[in-house]
Amino acid sequence: MTLDLPEGVERRRFDGRERLATRGEPVYGEPQDADGWRAWDAGRSKLGAMLELEMDVGLAGGERVLYLGAASGTTVSHVADFAGPTYAVEFAPRPTRDLLSVAESRPNLFPLLKDARKPETYAHVVESDLDCIVQDVATRGQATVALRNRQFLAPDGRLLAAIKARSEDVLDDPDSVFSDALDELREGYEILETNRLDRFHDDHLAVVAEPLE
Amino acid sequence: MSGSNPEHAGWFTDVDPGDHEAAATAISEGTAESAENWPEQAIQSGFADDEEDYYERLHAATLHATREAVRARDRADDQQLVYAIRAMDDVERTANELAERLAEWAGSLSDGSDRDARAADALGGVDGARAVAEWTPQSPAEERLVSLAGRIVGLDDERATLRSFVESHAPEVAPNLAEMAGPVLAARLLSLAGGLESLAKKPSGTVQVLGAEDALFAHLRGRGSSPKHGVIFTHEYVRGTHPENRGSAARAFAGKLAIAARIDHYSGEFKQSVHDDLADRMETIRAREVGE
Repeated sequence: MTLDLPEGVERRRFDGRERLATRGEPVYGEPQDADGWRAWDAGRSKLGAMLELEMDVGLAGGERVLYLGAASGTTVSHVADFAGPTYAVEFAPRPTRDLLSVAESRPNLFPLLKDARKPETYAHVVESDLDCIVQDVATRGQATVALRNRQFLAPDGRLLAAIKARSEDVLDDPDSVFSDALDELREGYEILETNRLDRFHDDHLAVVAEPLE
Repeated sequence: MSGSNPEHAGWFTDVDPGDHEAAATAISEGTAESAENWPEQAIQSGFADDEEDYYERLHAATLHATREAVRARDRADDQQLVYAIRAMDDVERTANELAERLAEWAGSLSDGSDRDARAADALGGVDGARAVAEWTPQSPAEERLVSLAGRIVGLDDERATLRSFVESHAPEVAPNLAEMAGPVLAARLLSLAGGLESLAKKPSGTVQVLGAEDALFAHLRGRGSSPKHGVIFTHEYVRGTHPENRGSAARAFAGKLAIAARIDHYSGEFKQSVHDDLADRMETIRAREVGE
């Protein structure tokens, strides 16, 4: 039994292999087919890996999304292809330059050079009651980032986070890093599902969560 | 600009819908305590006609604001500093080389009793060139000479300007490294490593001998002793320490420089404790007995 993919995301054949794909301007040299679909590489995208692993991310298509840690825009380009208004926050200037060119061809993608640890610096731009936060930030205190950004989520909104063990502590055992992070997340979220992404990304834990009342 | 009422001010508050600059500034510099239903508020306040219009304006404004913000951050980039310090060294070397040529030439024109005042000017160096540039040329050859002197003075002025650029920008790019090493040495280390990121990834032993590659490879090939210090020798912590303790001083200094570079690259915030640690350590090293 396979979960439904969000509308705008399909499995298509590229070079004889079934892969996730969305429709939009190509961004990073990914394969495309004749109908304008472009492959979504789960090895380069944690959200892509979550979909590949059939986690219940609760996305149907057309959502309003806040994407924290957008980097060069690899994943966020696919999100903007199937979602509605998408706010992309990235802190480092160099990848943001690439993110800008991704955003140019996507009118629903709003790039912001901001620090995800300081939501007050973009709360005047990002709207409230969002359907989804995607978080992929490589900083210490990833659970804290998720808690601070909870204010943007609607009560039934989803947090889709990829927790990177090495960003918290390079030496500590990933399992104990993850359990600490989940404990902290529970202060503001109900954890719905977790899954190791090791098949695609080493030492990453995918978390699906909903804000507590 | 927004901000008069931070409780309920979105990026569009008090911004004229046609004013792209004001909108970009509001996005870059504004803040709010909490998010609100901005699209609805923008439509109610008349900033946008409908949701589609709002998102169109938001797209244009965020693109503009973020492009400007990236550009501003790029300007304080470590690479700009690397280019500047390399240019500074090239300009200095060229000015000195030309000054030598000039001194030789000026010497041939300054002998003779009536030009005693000129003899001192032909001493050489950039200072000599400055003096020669003030001469009133009295022959076609002197015209060329004075013109050349003027170029050398120009190069030397450029060197000074480049240096003050490095001095003002190094603390922005690498606050801890610049504080610890001084802005010029900080820029040299960045230049030798190829940038802040690669410097941050180098072990302290490598930082210690950056700029002493010839000696290091001679040592590795079995000729000569291992170098104790590279370009960090120019710092008072190394040069000002007794030769017997210089190895320790260079090692301690390089260790903290490597840490400073990592803090600058990964966090970017100034951290006083690392500077205090180094000062303590240097004091201990310098207090050691030195056998004659």
